[in-house]
Amino acid sequence: MATPRPQPVELHAYAMDNLRYIRQAMERAGSFTAVPGIGGMLMGSTALAAAWLASRQADRVIWMAVWMLEGLLAVSIGIAGAAWKARRARLPLLSGPGRKFIAGFAPAMAAGALLTAVLFRAHAPQFLPGMWMLLYGTAVVSGGSASVRVVPLMGACFMLMGAAALWWPGAGIPLGGDALLAAGFGGLHIIFGTIIAVKYGG
Amino acid sequence: MAARQKLKQTAENGPALNREKKPALGAALPAGGAPRLDRLIHERLRLGILSALSVNESLTFNELKKLLDTTDGNLSVHARKLEEAGYISCAKSFEGRIPRTDYRLSAAGKKALERYLDHMEALIQAMREK
Repeated sequence: MATPRPQPVELHAYAMDNLRYIRQAMERAGSFTAVPGIGGMLMGSTALAAAWLASRQADRVIWMAVWMLEGLLAVSIGIAGAAWKARRARLPLLSGPGRKFIAGFAPAMAAGALLTAVLFRAHAPQFLPGMWMLLYGTAVVSGGSASVRVVPLMGACFMLMGAAALWWPGAGIPLGGDALLAAGFGGLHIIFGTIIAVKYGG
Repeated sequence: MAARQKLKQTAENGPALNREKKPALGAALPAGGAPRLDRLIHERLRLGILSALSVNESLTFNELKKLLDTTDGNLSVHARKLEEAGYISCAKSFEGRIPRTDYRLSAAGKKALERYLDHMEALIQAMREK
């Protein structure tokens, strides 16, 4: 039996397959550029507001609640910002580099959540600001290795600030710790968010 | 990146392809003088090299080898062909005592990739219109 001649639909499929291959090669090789600059600036602003609010709380449970709510808000802003930026670039959020970012980011964040519960129950909240910034910085450095260079640099700054806060005797809460958290989660996010938004679009 | 944006959503939902049976690409080009297919980058590995370099300022030989999951010999042969065509540039140096080869996409290579993407999109468009 004679071999059937290639049908136009096969050519169409071949072109589609080629485009898919190019896309996959670009995704594998590309950096995760969906880290949101504007989102970072927003996260910084809400952190400044949270620091102000938390510094006025005498009750450490309410202080903790303020920062937990801020954490949730920051995560939501981060995800929404990354999704918006990825959509604008017509790229899937969970592409190869995106998945690498999450895989690098999540372990340190999970460790941070666990240590938060442990330190809070152990009545040692004075270590929380330093530990939060240190582990958030670790997560950003680790996840940011799949991203543009400024992202791991931001993570390193958080790590330095976190390490300093852990050693600084004035880092107790509410006042000293809140000032450090305002400088870190507020200041660093706003500075680096602006750099990312200007240099990498959004 | 221009080449990256050109991909749009086109490649997302296409059917899987039987690689055994490659159709004659010239046969179904849109009428009216569509550009000829660039045979040099039509080869899979060379297409992969250009695609990977289009989203990076430069990549080393080892990075490309890992990304494209290929052998030293294969990558070296195809990279040389692209280099000879002026599509990529190659810089050799030493990192300590270890030799290091960096590849970059040239302006001609970027243009060739964009032309190829246009070509593929034109093919898909032509088939849809039939």
